[in-house]
Order: sequence, then C-alpha cells, then structure tokens
Amino acid sequence: MVVKIRVENVSFNYDSIKALENITFEIDKNILGIIGPNGSGKTTLLKCISSILKPVTGTILLDNNELSTLNRKEIAKIIGVVPQTANITFPLTVIDIVLMGRNPHKKRLEFETEKDIRIAENSLKATGIHHLANRLITELSGGELQKVIVARALAQEPKILLLDEPTAHLDIHYQLEILEFIRNLNAEKKLTVISVFHDLNLAARFCDKLILLNDGKIYSIGNTDEVLIAENIRNVYKVNVKIEKHPVTGRPNVILISPVNNGDSYV
Amino acid sequence: MEKTYYRKRIRWLTIIIGLSIALLFTVLFALMTGVMGPIGNGIPGIDKISFRAVFEILLGKGNWPDTYKTIILKIRLPRIILAGLVGSALAVAGCAMQGLFRNPMASPYILGASSGAAFGASLVIVLGLSIFGIYTMQLSAFIFAVQAVFVVYNIARCKGRTPVETLLLAGIAVGCFFSALVSFMKYISGEELRSIVFWLMGGFWSATWDKVYAIFPLIILGVGVLLFFSKALNIMLTGESTAMHLGIEVENMKRIVLIFSTLITAAAVSVSGIIGFVGLIIPHVMRIIVGPDHRILLPSSCITGAIFLILADTLTRSIIEPTELPVGIVTALLGAPFFLYLLRRKKKVKWW
Repeated sequence: MVVKIRVENVSFNYDSIKALENITFEIDKNILGIIGPNGSGKTTLLKCISSILKPVTGTILLDNNELSTLNRKEIAKIIGVVPQTANITFPLTVIDIVLMGRNPHKKRLEFETEKDIRIAENSLKATGIHHLANRLITELSGGELQKVIVARALAQEPKILLLDEPTAHLDIHYQLEILEFIRNLNAEKKLTVISVFHDLNLAARFCDKLILLNDGKIYSIGNTDEVLIAENIRNVYKVNVKIEKHPVTGRPNVILISPVNNGDSYV
Repeated sequence: MEKTYYRKRIRWLTIIIGLSIALLFTVLFALMTGVMGPIGNGIPGIDKISFRAVFEILLGKGNWPDTYKTIILKIRLPRIILAGLVGSALAVAGCAMQGLFRNPMASPYILGASSGAAFGASLVIVLGLSIFGIYTMQLSAFIFAVQAVFVVYNIARCKGRTPVETLLLAGIAVGCFFSALVSFMKYISGEELRSIVFWLMGGFWSATWDKVYAIFPLIILGVGVLLFFSKALNIMLTGESTAMHLGIEVENMKRIVLIFSTLITAAAVSVSGIIGFVGLIIPHVMRIIVGPDHRILLPSSCITGAIFLILADTLTRSIIEPTELPVGIVTALLGAPFFLYLLRRKKKVKWW
C-alpha cells in the first residue's frame, strides 16, 4: 500500500525569518532527494513533513488525510524518521532500542508480544545486524548505530521513510551499504522515501527525483538528471561544476571545479 | 530472542519480589528498634521489643503491655510508614525528573518545590499562623511547593513548548528567589529560628497517623501515574524529536510527569521538611544495579527509596539517645560514601 504525500503551498517562519515559501510537490513510491545549500530549508521541510514543525500556511496530505489532524501515534504508524545522528548515551541493548519502534502500535503499559519481537528481529536481520541484538547501544560504532536507527524506523512498519542526511558521518562503505539497502526497501516494500542530501553524487546515485531548494523556495524539481545540471548548481550553490555520466552506474556524476567569485558573471 | 525477553521479565519480577521482602523486613526491624526511655523494662536507654511482640501486636494478638502497643502502633508505625512514603515519593520523582530532563543532576527539588515549601513553612512559623489548625504549616508548605513549580513551568513555556533547558534554569532562579525569602524569614525571626532550621533539615519526629492519611492517597496516585509513563520515559531518553517520531505526545507527557512529580514531592516535603539526597541518589544507585530501563528502574527505586529512608530514620532515633538527629544528616552521611563506592566500582560502565 503506497501512501501518496502531497505538500501544498507550505510556508514556515522561524520568528521573522522566512524558512520555507510556498512549497508544493507530490510524491509516491519514488525516492525523492532534497538538496540545496546550507540554510536553504531542507531540514525544515523534512521537519514539517514529520510533523515536528507545524507549517504557518499550507497543508500536507498523506493520501487524503491532513497531517495536522492526525495524532503522533497515527503519524508514527505511517512515517518513520532516521535522523542525522542518534545521540544515545545510556546502555540499553540494541533490541530494546529497535523495540521502541513498536511503540506506535502499543498501548501505554502493554509489554512487547512475540509478534513485536519477531518484527524487531526481522528489521535487525534486514539491516544485517541481527548478531548485535543483545549488545549495548553505547558499544557500537557510528555505522552500526545508524543501522540500528534504520532498523528501529523499519520496526514501525511505516509507509514513508524520511531521512535527514542519513550517512553524513559514515565512511564510504557504510554510506553505500545503507543507501543501497534503502533503495531495495523502496523497490521491494514500495516504501516512499524522502531524504535530505549534502553530497550531490550520493543524491544523484540514489534518487529518482530531486528537489533543489534555494532560500526556502523550490528552485528546480524533477527527475534527477533534469535537476542536476551545471547551470542550476552554479546559480544555487555558487560553484562551477562539470556533470558527466558515471562510467559504471550511468547516473549523473558531479565534478567540482571552483567556487564562483563575485566578479564572475552568472550564466 | 523471545527467551531472552522472557528471562528479562523473570529477572524484573525477581528484583521486585526481593525488594518487597527486604522492605517488609526493614519495617519489622524498624518497629523493633528505637529508644524507649524509662519504660523499657525498667532499663533506661535502648531496649529492643522482641520480634514476636511486634508481630503479635501488629496482628492484635497476645498479651503485651499497653505501653508496647502504644509505642508500636501509635508512635513507630505511623512514623515508619511516613518515612517509607516520603522515601518512595522522592525516589520516584527524582527518577522521573532525571529521565524527563535527560540530566543526571536533576532531582525532585530542581524546579523549586523545596525552596517553595521552605518559604511556606517558615512563613507560618515566623508569623505564628494557625488558620487551618495544627496542620497549617504542612498545608502552607504544600501549597507553596506546588505554586513554585507552577510559576517555573509557566515562565519556561513559550509558544506551546517547554524546553527542558529553560525549565531547569527557571527552576534554579525561582529556587534562589524563595531561598532568599527563607533567609529573610530566618533573619527577622527570633525564638522561631530553631524551628525553621530544624524544619529545613528534615525529619519525622512529629509523625502522626493524620499525616499518613493526608499524603498516602496523593503519593500512591502520583507514583501510579508515573509508573504508567515508564515506557514513554525510556523513549524520551533518545531525545525529544525522536520521541515525537516514535509516537509520543511529548509536551503532554512532560506536563503530566511534571504535575505528578511535583504533587508527590510537595506532599513528601510538607510532612517531612527538606530531606536531600534520596531523590537524587537512589535513582542513580538503582540505575547502576538494575539498568536504565524505567519499567524496572521506577518501581525498584520506589521500594528502595522507602527502605533507605526507613533505615536512615531508624538510625536517627537510636544513634544518639535519648535525643535524635535530623534524618537529612544521616541520609547524606550514609548514602554519599556508599554511592561513591558504587560509582568507582562501576566506573567502566557508562551508565548515563
């Protein structure tokens, strides 16, 4: 069951500073990447979709339900979120953390049933860390920890997965491994994925569609190869780039050249 | 994996049953121990009432002297129950506050409840008020404790959110304000200075059944509600936005946890004065022993808090005869070294 997200005219301000202005788009069953420079509103947009922030104007629809009419448990059954880093400094076991993902499906005092434990175990198996189940979360490496967080989001059995630079602090092996895994999820479980990226090449490699944000507005939206063109990058990021086809994957590959100086004329 | 989980629940159950049995024996021991003065079989000083006597008097059987019955049922029993209730309340409130604030320094007093209560009590002492009879001071302490936290919460609230950092800072500021008022009260008091100082040190020397009846329902209700939130407190440890993503109504939960922590803290402080240490350290000790999961941490802190404060109070009324020490002194003198010992021993484990 694919859930369609529709973002309509969403605007958001931090006090008097405009963070998002009239964002409108629609997405289902694809992997959507959100890119843009620092302060362009990527994370704010993600927070609006995950209902951490309430848009000042505009609406967000999950299928035909308005997000603001759902309570947190209902939202958590539909949307799973993987933050940039999980800051967990107390010694719970991995399986305890993953079982927290079952919370939206449980009553307050209800203990986990065998079904919950099975679901948690399956998410651990899917992310390839079943052998860590009884280890303490404080003893894991950054890459393992991020997999635990992905497994917890999966244990929610969400229809939509939101990721905020999920691989920002990981080495290249974990970066590719986790993103490949998420793409498989998208293909197999028909999970809609929205992810913020800083690394343009990772975005190019994994996303079907991209939104390029600039100053809280959508500068460009469309298929990855339509958005990721040298002119857009130059105008938004102020960087000269050359974009080629990746010789192996066939995806766009961004080669950085130089920052645009003030003296340079814009194309 | 199901087996591991099954074993964990057995372990939790064992801990709770074990601690409950320990509590029962603590109560019996405390009933047997204490100063009896000249009525103790003609021997002045400490005189133990036998285990059998305590047991039979509690059950209303046997032929024991009325003095024994009076000591057990009218003096020691209410005092022990009061100490147990206060210990439980402070330990549970401390545990919930530390979890909610994700801060190991948090205690039941962090939002100004103790300073508020101290002001309420000293106000009544200095002005000699007795509008509500003999319990005016307790009532005033309770009201000011709750009101101090109410002020703190509303100061920290901004656009429907209550950031924990602001709460903590507002709590410290309001606490300082009330402490200054208490100092002022002490300064202008004459004869009453001694009463204020004794009240501030905390103790159970004026325990009565009335006080037990007054705080019992509040503390049982408050502790029950907080236990209800143990799973949510676990999830809160992963951070507020993550907790929202996992389906917790964070602001709602914060409000409810604060309200009931404050109610039980205020109830405890109003009958016992300000007993430090229990609310801060018992949750830490239990975290070292049973782990950070609030589903076992809260109930085991609750029982251990009661055991600890009953033992400390028993010591205060038998260590220097024929008088007694304020219990706050004993809790810190005994508890601090024990806690430091545990801290050193478990140094390798990052338990916060």
